[in-house]
Amino acid sequence: MSDLTKLTIAQARDKLAAGECTSVELTQAYLKAMEAGRDLNAFITETPELALQRAKASDDRRAKGESLGAMDGIPVAIKDLFCTDGVLTTAGSHILDGFTPAYESTVTANLRDAGAVMLGKTNLDEFAMGSANITSYYGEVKNPWVGADGKDLVPGGSSGGSAAAVAGRMAMAATGTDTGGSIRQPASFCGITGLKPTYGRCSRWGTIAFASSLDQAGPMTQTVRDAAIMLQAMAGHDAKDSTSAPMDVPDFEAALTGDIKGLKIGIPAEYKMDGMDAEIQALWDQGIEWLKAQGAEVVDISLPHTKYALPTYYIVAPAEASANLARYDGVRYGLRVEGDSLDDMYMNTRGEGFGHEVKRRILMGTYVLSSGYYDAYYIKAQKVRTLIAADFTKAFEDVDAILTPTAPSAAFALGEKQEDPVAMYLNDVFTVPASLAGLPGISIPAGLNAAGLPLGLQILGRPFDEETVLKVAGVLETSAGFTLHSGVEE
Amino acid sequence: MSLDQDTVKNIAYLARIRVEEDKLEPLAGELSAIMGWIEQLQELDTDGVEPMASVVNVSLPQRKDVVNDGDCRDAVLKNAPDNEDGFYTVPKVVE
Repeated sequence: MSDLTKLTIAQARDKLAAGECTSVELTQAYLKAMEAGRDLNAFITETPELALQRAKASDDRRAKGESLGAMDGIPVAIKDLFCTDGVLTTAGSHILDGFTPAYESTVTANLRDAGAVMLGKTNLDEFAMGSANITSYYGEVKNPWVGADGKDLVPGGSSGGSAAAVAGRMAMAATGTDTGGSIRQPASFCGITGLKPTYGRCSRWGTIAFASSLDQAGPMTQTVRDAAIMLQAMAGHDAKDSTSAPMDVPDFEAALTGDIKGLKIGIPAEYKMDGMDAEIQALWDQGIEWLKAQGAEVVDISLPHTKYALPTYYIVAPAEASANLARYDGVRYGLRVEGDSLDDMYMNTRGEGFGHEVKRRILMGTYVLSSGYYDAYYIKAQKVRTLIAADFTKAFEDVDAILTPTAPSAAFALGEKQEDPVAMYLNDVFTVPASLAGLPGISIPAGLNAAGLPLGLQILGRPFDEETVLKVAGVLETSAGFTLHSGVEE
Repeated sequence: MSLDQDTVKNIAYLARIRVEEDKLEPLAGELSAIMGWIEQLQELDTDGVEPMASVVNVSLPQRKDVVNDGDCRDAVLKNAPDNEDGFYTVPKVVE
């Protein structure tokens, strides 16, 4: 394995600036790693020609003294939920067969304009619906980490291909999207850093929609510093997305001062669940000690509606999905399966084009929005969502950030939890509440369990206060001293 | 809340998704289990609580009602299943 693929973005930035390596060299090293790691199925589409072309352009700019900044020449992978101009975009679904956008999503356009080099499009759960990356039409993704018993593990989901690509050193960083935990949970399972920004921080334009009131793009990286650097390039107001915040983007990297003295960190009582994994509890306690040792004040808080977050999410997200996915009808693009009548064609196309989990969620969404059930389910859920957000608002009157585990377990084996949808949904128990409240959250790898698998801790912050989230995460990262050493490497 | 096969058949039709007859029963079981779990929301008193319309407290901006895009026929036609004389052609969708 090449040393170049062990660099962080921050290190590569410095090496590129010092002329110690070129973007073409970096890109070639990653293209080789991507090829060697194909059995993980992390990528749906590889774009080596485009990557080398962009790397060359980056080197040419640099030679002329016109470097675009920290991301210029950095090889990244793009979750295949972002539309990319001239490059197949699938959302992990059969129904988008052959769909090649003639436009670029705002987030990937921002990265491209900052000089980032796209290596390829990463695998994901179909339409980002899943927590194990097993629902993709393009096959399941394997976690680069392998269990003590040698079993193949899931990478988490839905951004499982992105997490596996970064953990397997097949990309220096990757984009993800998070609707209920789809950046943070796979980051935790794969031993990397994953940041879900505040809802509205990144534009959703050109990102294939799952649940529009929750979807948010973010960086998946090896370190907290890299997350700050990459978010800087992704974020910003976009006139094409009316829900993107008309706010200036702060200097996120400058927030990494390492100084958390006097900051108040909340520990929510309701996240201590019955039957919680003892190793997760121990890691959480350790995190509390690390923050205290650095001068933070740790405060017990209450988020009383926590247990209602998942059932609320499983009304709101499927309801929005059923509306968003109505557009895939076989008429204008993607898959079409002919039928005897127009209705027949719609039903055949959607019956064949969508996988089981997506169908299940569309049906749930259709049901909760249907006449007679709308008030009892959908409006009820929207009311509970108000209560969940109010819990956080109240807590943040007293604390600056909140520390929790990211996921209730380490990565589990491929094939587990597939029969019981509710058991699968419980993976997101710690990530969904902040999604419903639109808050920023980061998962950082904080330790290994007895089986040698990574476990993540999550830090949540106030709306648009990614800076505090990053600052606290940076301190935790230093204390944890975690180094990426998944199976593929060494 | 338990969903029977007829209900599943009906919502599958509303969603225009073909579900084979032999799949209706297992699907009804799965959806009933999920809806049964969701049912716990009913124990919460939400009288007088405003349903959340937007997670960010900003009013949506308005833009000028002007043309700000266009002249991109080839791009629009790129994913068309078929086209004729620069028009996007689709099956008849009005019956």
